[in-house]
Amino acid sequence: MEEIYAKFVSQKISKTRWRPLPPGSLQTAETFATGSWDNEENYISLWSIGDFGNLDSDGGFEGDHQLLCDIRHHGDVMDLQFFDQERIVAASSTGCVTVFLHHPNNQTLSVNQQWTTAHYHTGPGSPSYSSAPCTGVVCNNPEIVTVGEDGRINLFRADHKEAVRTIDNADSSTLHAVTFLRTPEILTVNSIGQLKIWDFRQQGNEPSQILSLTGDRVPLHCVDRHPNQQHVVATGGQDGMLSIWDVRQGTMPVSLLKAHEAEMWEVHFHPSNPEHLFTCSEDGSLWHWDASTDVPEKSSLFHQGGRSSTFLSHSISNQANVHQSVISSWLSTDPAKDRIEITSLLPSRSLSVNSLDVLGPCLVCGTDAEAIYVTRHLFS
Amino acid sequence: GKELDGEPTVTVRAVNSRKNQMCFDWGPGRLLVSNEPPSNKKEMCSCPFIYIIRKDVDRIDERLTGKIQKSQLVRVSKNYRSVIRACMEECTSVFAAKDPANGRQFSSQVSILSAMELIWNLCEILFIEVAPAGPLLLHLLDWVRLHVCEVDSLSADVLGSENPSKHDSFWNLVTILVLQGRLDEARQMLSKEADASPASAGICRIMGDLMRTMPILSPGNTQTLTELELKWQHWHEECERYLQDSTFATSPHLESLLKIMLGDEAALLEQKELLSNWYHFLVTRLLYSNPTVKPIDLHYYAQSSLDLFLGGESSPEPLDNILLAAFEFDIHQVIKECSIALSNWWFVAHLTDLLDHCKLLQSHNLYFGSNMREFLLLEYASGLFAHPSLWQLGVDYFDYCPELGRVSLELHIERIPLNTEQKALKVLRVCEQRQMTEQVRSICKILAMKAVRNNRLGSALSWSIRAKDAAFATLVSDRFLRDYCERGCFSDLDLIDNLGPAMMLSDRLTFLGKYREFHRMYGEKRFADAASLLLSLMTSRIAPRSFWMTLLTDALPLLEQKQVIFSAEQTYELMRCLEDLTSRRPVHGESDTEQLQDDDIETTKVEMLRLSLARNLARAIIREGSLEGS
Repeated sequence: MEEIYAKFVSQKISKTRWRPLPPGSLQTAETFATGSWDNEENYISLWSIGDFGNLDSDGGFEGDHQLLCDIRHHGDVMDLQFFDQERIVAASSTGCVTVFLHHPNNQTLSVNQQWTTAHYHTGPGSPSYSSAPCTGVVCNNPEIVTVGEDGRINLFRADHKEAVRTIDNADSSTLHAVTFLRTPEILTVNSIGQLKIWDFRQQGNEPSQILSLTGDRVPLHCVDRHPNQQHVVATGGQDGMLSIWDVRQGTMPVSLLKAHEAEMWEVHFHPSNPEHLFTCSEDGSLWHWDASTDVPEKSSLFHQGGRSSTFLSHSISNQANVHQSVISSWLSTDPAKDRIEITSLLPSRSLSVNSLDVLGPCLVCGTDAEAIYVTRHLFS
Repeated sequence: GKELDGEPTVTVRAVNSRKNQMCFDWGPGRLLVSNEPPSNKKEMCSCPFIYIIRKDVDRIDERLTGKIQKSQLVRVSKNYRSVIRACMEECTSVFAAKDPANGRQFSSQVSILSAMELIWNLCEILFIEVAPAGPLLLHLLDWVRLHVCEVDSLSADVLGSENPSKHDSFWNLVTILVLQGRLDEARQMLSKEADASPASAGICRIMGDLMRTMPILSPGNTQTLTELELKWQHWHEECERYLQDSTFATSPHLESLLKIMLGDEAALLEQKELLSNWYHFLVTRLLYSNPTVKPIDLHYYAQSSLDLFLGGESSPEPLDNILLAAFEFDIHQVIKECSIALSNWWFVAHLTDLLDHCKLLQSHNLYFGSNMREFLLLEYASGLFAHPSLWQLGVDYFDYCPELGRVSLELHIERIPLNTEQKALKVLRVCEQRQMTEQVRSICKILAMKAVRNNRLGSALSWSIRAKDAAFATLVSDRFLRDYCERGCFSDLDLIDNLGPAMMLSDRLTFLGKYREFHRMYGEKRFADAASLLLSLMTSRIAPRSFWMTLLTDALPLLEQKQVIFSAEQTYELMRCLEDLTSRRPVHGESDTEQLQDDDIETTKVEMLRLSLARNLARAIIREGSLEGS
């Protein structure tokens, strides 16, 4: 993989997200949003990687990303999601959830809606009010689900002032991330290593299912659902371990893959090529996991300076018997046949890679070294 | 800081500047630009100040074991300077674009950076490059040309006009070109004058020839220093002859040029304005009077140049003192003066570090025994920790301080404010990577306490597990048990039911897990298993004594079941536990009436238990007896 561009932006980047393309569009990704953290003033910024053709004042050229607009954000940006083409939802360490609106005609961002006390330890009514960081947000127009360090789950609807549904004390530990399974169901991961499935159609405050590892209760930090198979989920843990789960089959993961040396912050299935998975970690690396069953010769394309490539077999923790017409490589149980090829995408180790996003052939990631990396040729 | 007025080349007071975005992409190292907030350094920064942080240089140098080549160090030094220059350029463009009102502030900002580059450049020439006589002068010429750059704009002005040689500043331009030793360009100017006024064409040509034939040391030249000196002496004498013959008497301009080229001090001093500073004067003087000057002789010329140039009218600025110290090869003095004058630890820390790699700093023992390089790096790193987001860099710097780095890191890292769990995790990771177990424990304990206060018992447990803090795990378990006693049911079943191997962390935690298991078994009507578990909890001493009454009370429904659940042996055990408990009841400091009431309740409970146990014992004995019999 060639041509990864770095830009130093003098703010530590906590989240990077591609703007989604209109359905049926043939374009490639052009705009992405970033959120910063740990500064006195944090910002949500929009960047463009459109073709500029000529040299700009920086001496940058075609691949360089340019700032379109930004807006101040109170607190660290803990999570960021595009709600639709124009709106971005941001989760803050102050417990506030904000919807920002982008105005393309004058290139500005403005606050469209805000739920300021979405997450808290002691409520707004009491004198000892203390807020709690909101750690994760996921959108499915018109719904927004948020989770936080207070163990609370909120279901918001855009343009509704109050939360549609709140599950207090859904978890006695911190909820780190959330994703949709099938529409009325969400899945959360927490800091005692459990996955919990919640069904909003049910009235109670109990999860409909709990899954966890039998071993140590290693906190789970990130989760992503397979784009096509809604029962396949990948999680990343504090020990850098990548786990693949089939939520229909028992309570244990299907695969456990030893990955990073430190916390895995984000895991993403590629939305259109789900045989490819991407993870980033506190150890400063970003990995591309390729489980496609192509010819082994493909490995030679990856042996180019600065990257390492290894082959790794699945290690299976249980013998899940999978009966389905389409067998996902991630769930396959034949270690000899299926190998996953892993490539490290960043040229050299830096500080933590906090976030990544993939769309088509484009990848963007942000680091604690105040750099944003973009590549437009993921699969070359 | 101390504020000195006069030329704004070095302002001691830090300037206020807005944060701006600086984006550049550099080779070997990772470069970051950011604001430094009001730092707690004694009399140093009181306002935000833009500075540059260089990450990887130290690391790269440390990795080069054994001989570090001079060329590599020079390259590193040049990199530093590029960074400073890029910063200056960005400053200029960004501030001009965004905030013209802050013009004065940003211009002093730029001049500070310019001074930094000036000093660094000189140090590079003298200490790192260690240029010998001959090349030394060439480097110094480059140095001056880089920093006195009005020439270019003047040149553009004059050449752009219709009649360059008639331009007001024409002769100024020619003079300054000569002062900077740019004789080829000066010749070109003169040829324009020759074309314009044929009357002076003759003397212009002669002057042009003189300029062309001045012997200089060029990089590829193989002539020795002695040869050069000889040739130069000849040329100098030729110039003298022209002066004696009054060849250029008709043109005062050309005559003064000749005197300059002869190194005449008075003539040079007449051009004070064009020279603009004493070090330019110094270099020009050397160029035309002693081009093969040796490094060790520099300081004579430097001191006298400064004195002559200032002429007793003004006193030296801090910048002047720094440069003088450099010419005297007094590195310690340079560093000391820089530390005082620049409210910016970045500069001295990195310069000292680089010079240390050149093996130029003797171990300058300060009172706490560390050497100067480390002292400066420690100061710089501490400054980074004062910034909200730069603590991660500070960690790296502390890693490169062999004596006090670790201790300093231990002190600083516990004081980083942790407003989110994610930040806490990053800090913990830093500690764990360096085996700082004490800090891990103390940070986890603080987080766990906060979690308990917020009633996030699962989080509290999670932190205890991370720190392997058995004591805290016990505390959390006690909390759960207390909640159970008060409410009659467990909170956070999702946690207790799924403790997994973490249960082993502390006895209390194990008890909690097992106790919950007992309840589950009872709910599933697995009475025999529930019974033996309950008993084992007491006999194995895993249950806290304070909980025994509750456990025994839990046993009541099992004792009252239709079928016999507890065997005789087990019943005896239970009785033993009960006696054990009642014989050693603690004395509470309550009022008499409450005491009596409590006693009443207690006595009733105990009586009930005794009765149940006795009945069960009877039934068990009968049952076991009859089973054996048949």
